[in-house]
Amino acid sequence: MAPQNVAFGIIAAAMVVSALRVVTTRNVVHSALYLVVVLAGAGGLYVLLAAEFVAWAQVLIYVGAILVLLLFGIMLTRAPLRESAELDTDQRWAGAVVALGLLGLLVALLSDTFGRVKVEPVAAVSGEAVGESIFRVFVIPFEVVSMLLLAALVGAVVLARRDD
Amino acid sequence: MYLNQYLFLSAVLFSLGAYGVLARRHAVLVLMSVELMLNAVNINLVAFSTYFDQVSGQVFALFVITVAAAEVGVGLAIVLLLYRNLDTPNLDAVHEMKG
Repeated sequence: MAPQNVAFGIIAAAMVVSALRVVTTRNVVHSALYLVVVLAGAGGLYVLLAAEFVAWAQVLIYVGAILVLLLFGIMLTRAPLRESAELDTDQRWAGAVVALGLLGLLVALLSDTFGRVKVEPVAAVSGEAVGESIFRVFVIPFEVVSMLLLAALVGAVVLARRDD
Repeated sequence: MYLNQYLFLSAVLFSLGAYGVLARRHAVLVLMSVELMLNAVNINLVAFSTYFDQVSGQVFALFVITVAAAEVGVGLAIVLLLYRNLDTPNLDAVHEMKG
């Protein structure tokens, strides 16, 4: 077996198990820490797919920033740091049925469409190529996204501040 | 490597995220499940970007990461407001619009 396949197998298994724990564990902090494994695994997959800039962005933004933000959220809402049975709603079984149906549908459609299609990363896509694409082809979406970030920043401050 | 390896993995992650959104009560956990789903989408985007040998998929993945960051920022502000007003982070406490 090719080394990429072995690496993919290890990363994929770790990601699926951790993702399962994220949505089923009874401890909020554990859930956040399992999410780290999933996000870092996604970064590893981007490396396997020769997308190095996205891999770095994933590690820096997701693992570095978003996860810290989520942990802050856990802290500020005084979530129970011990095991708590109150984290799930009673719609758990309905949710499981919906998720399994969705998975079955997706897998059936995908194996029908992309049955034997191979993907071979030729050379790593450099940050240069990504940057050129962002600032030439996608420059207007890029500016829109920067305005969106500004709006989100101002919105978060307005929402979270106390008026007294 | 088959393209389907990545697509199946991301389908599994997306379904788990959907389950989390439906079954979790704590608002921060719901946000985490949404992150799981966004990550599944990103894996798909990058896999197709490599398959078609085009950069645009990766640029889209970067945009998704940015929007996810904005979403978590605003989302956590809303969760904080919810906690301050209702004294609980549980989403089923939000039923004031229920007739």
